[in-house]
Amino acid sequence: MIKATTVSPRALKKPEISALFGLVLGLCMLLICLVYSVTLGAAEISLGRILTSFISFDGSYDHLVIQTVRLPRSLIAILVGSALAVSGALMQGLTRNPLADPGILGIESGAALFVVVAIFVFGSLSLSVYAFVAFLGAGVTAVLVYTLGSLGRGGATPLNLTVAGAALTALISSFTTAILIVSQQTLEQVRFWLAGSLSGRDFNLFLQLLPFVGIGLIVAFALGRQITTMSLGEDIAKGLGQQTAWIKIFTAISVVLLAGSSVALAGPIGFIGLVVPHIVRFYIKADYRWILPYCAVLGAILLLVADIAARLLLKPQELPVGVMTAIVGAPFFVYLAKLKVKK
Amino acid sequence: MSFDWLVIRSPAISFRIDRRVPFILLCLAVAIVVAMVMNVGRGEYPISPLDIVKTVLGLDTGNPDHAFVIQNLRLPRTLVAFMVGVALAISGTIFQGLTRNPLADPSIIGINAGASLAAVVVIVLFPSAPIYTLPLSAFAGALLMAILIYSLAWNNGSSPILLILMGIGLSAIASAITSLMITLGEITDVSNALVWLAGSVYGRTWEQVFSLLPWLIVFVPMALTLARHLNALNLGDDVAKSLGSQVEWQRGLLVLVGVALAGAGVATAGNIAFVGLIAPHLGRELVGATHEGLIPTSALLGGVIVVMADLLGRTLFAPIELPCGVVTAAIGAPYFLYLLIRNRKK
Repeated sequence: MIKATTVSPRALKKPEISALFGLVLGLCMLLICLVYSVTLGAAEISLGRILTSFISFDGSYDHLVIQTVRLPRSLIAILVGSALAVSGALMQGLTRNPLADPGILGIESGAALFVVVAIFVFGSLSLSVYAFVAFLGAGVTAVLVYTLGSLGRGGATPLNLTVAGAALTALISSFTTAILIVSQQTLEQVRFWLAGSLSGRDFNLFLQLLPFVGIGLIVAFALGRQITTMSLGEDIAKGLGQQTAWIKIFTAISVVLLAGSSVALAGPIGFIGLVVPHIVRFYIKADYRWILPYCAVLGAILLLVADIAARLLLKPQELPVGVMTAIVGAPFFVYLAKLKVKK
Repeated sequence: MSFDWLVIRSPAISFRIDRRVPFILLCLAVAIVVAMVMNVGRGEYPISPLDIVKTVLGLDTGNPDHAFVIQNLRLPRTLVAFMVGVALAISGTIFQGLTRNPLADPSIIGINAGASLAAVVVIVLFPSAPIYTLPLSAFAGALLMAILIYSLAWNNGSSPILLILMGIGLSAIASAITSLMITLGEITDVSNALVWLAGSVYGRTWEQVFSLLPWLIVFVPMALTLARHLNALNLGDDVAKSLGSQVEWQRGLLVLVGVALAGAGVATAGNIAFVGLIAPHLGRELVGATHEGLIPTSALLGGVIVVMADLLGRTLFAPIELPCGVVTAAIGAPYFLYLLIRNRKK
């Protein structure tokens, strides 16, 4: 698969080095945030104790807290953050819609509804069923939103897609509400999860969903070049010899895997997928081969920081991290809509 | 398509409506009376239609319970359902016309989210607050939200597209704070709040009827007189301007009317979704897109829908009562899909 763009071999060395440098810097920041997130909590545990818990685990209270509570939580934040940011970037690139985000387009609420229905009907579920149900919900809603949005005047414009997403979200959440009214037991089980939260997740959940997110991310990164051409417009992509139908299908698979697993891990968390790609594009303009990995790193950092803030703000009471991201992200959406959407 | 217009002229006003409108309005009026009588009659204590008519007219049915059940419990509830339906449907018609988007509905563009947030704050943070503070705070929330949306959408004049997008963004903020309340509150308060959020006319009394009535008396006639301008605005700003419309003024007034009606509706009965979306679409099927005829038609349709939804919600799974907002959503979803499939064929 040698394409025209790689014919001039390695001519663009300098920008690539600086892009790589930025990525490494991002990874370092992520590590710092991770360490801070692990030290943070009700029990004061020193850095040394944390290190020894990895080197020589002795089963003491501190080590147990680190290994079973704080580390899984932080790792899940990283996984969810990068999954959401990358799926947002994919959607924005493919549909050329600056306002695309798995939360705004209703995909997360669809996954959430399916999970709530499953819990209502079958009681508590095993984790893998849970994840599968979330994928199903995400997939169905994604297809619905896209069909709905393309039917309005002018096809799948940002406005039509956004309104279709909002309409579906309204519909879906009224069904979710109906179930929660009928069964207070389900409400008790899911209300914290429904607001988007990272607390109380164990290591098993992380391990179960890691492969799905991994596949989603690999597919996404492999699609970088194709998404770049697609972001120029579907006609141009076709003219450049891309098989746009396959690109769309693979992108959709990746988006569903990423958004579905993030909902299964943490409930619906909005706006990470919207905000992160825009921030990344300040630094890297159009090349999705770099934009996507950057989104993965920055999304992870952002969600980790949001989670830290959610734990610190009302200490000892803890906020759902989905509320934090919405309160920060929604004003960004408003700003972006004003900037990008012309009269 | 033939254009059969009915032109009404008098020295003061003149307007033109589709010839189908009077007949359809009559049919709908009959449908409403039937629906209301059914809703009053059905329930744990059934009452025959004849007795209902007698009781409402003040005649003696020979059973003192009838007067109590009808006058104190079921009649006000049914009236509230009808009035809320009217308010939401008119508001939906106005917003669909203004934004030229068939999916615009007060529950989608964020006005209901503002009202809901205000009400949930009251329910969860001040559970002991008297019941009448709920509608007041909901209305304040809706108004505040509308002002915010409108001022943020101001871009050298108000822009219909930005109105929608700002609404969606702001309603995300409002619902984030709402879910914060739901997460942190006591489970019983939260359960109450959810019932209210889903939209219900449960336990509404004459008090609510009379607090909603003034809003309808003021704003429904305003909506009807502004209908003409809505036709022009619906063609797009440029056309409207060249037709001599004062675009900003008229849009501002129409937004005010739409918000007032939506706010009053949500304040009385919570978040009854999809009435504002469905009623105008059904109305357009019946009488076409001219707003002079569309507004009264969809208003009556909205009334029928909410009354029927309340009836279904009460009787389907009795003794468990589904909030009628859930029923309207369940009816709304298939209709929404039908709209899609039909559009596709065109």
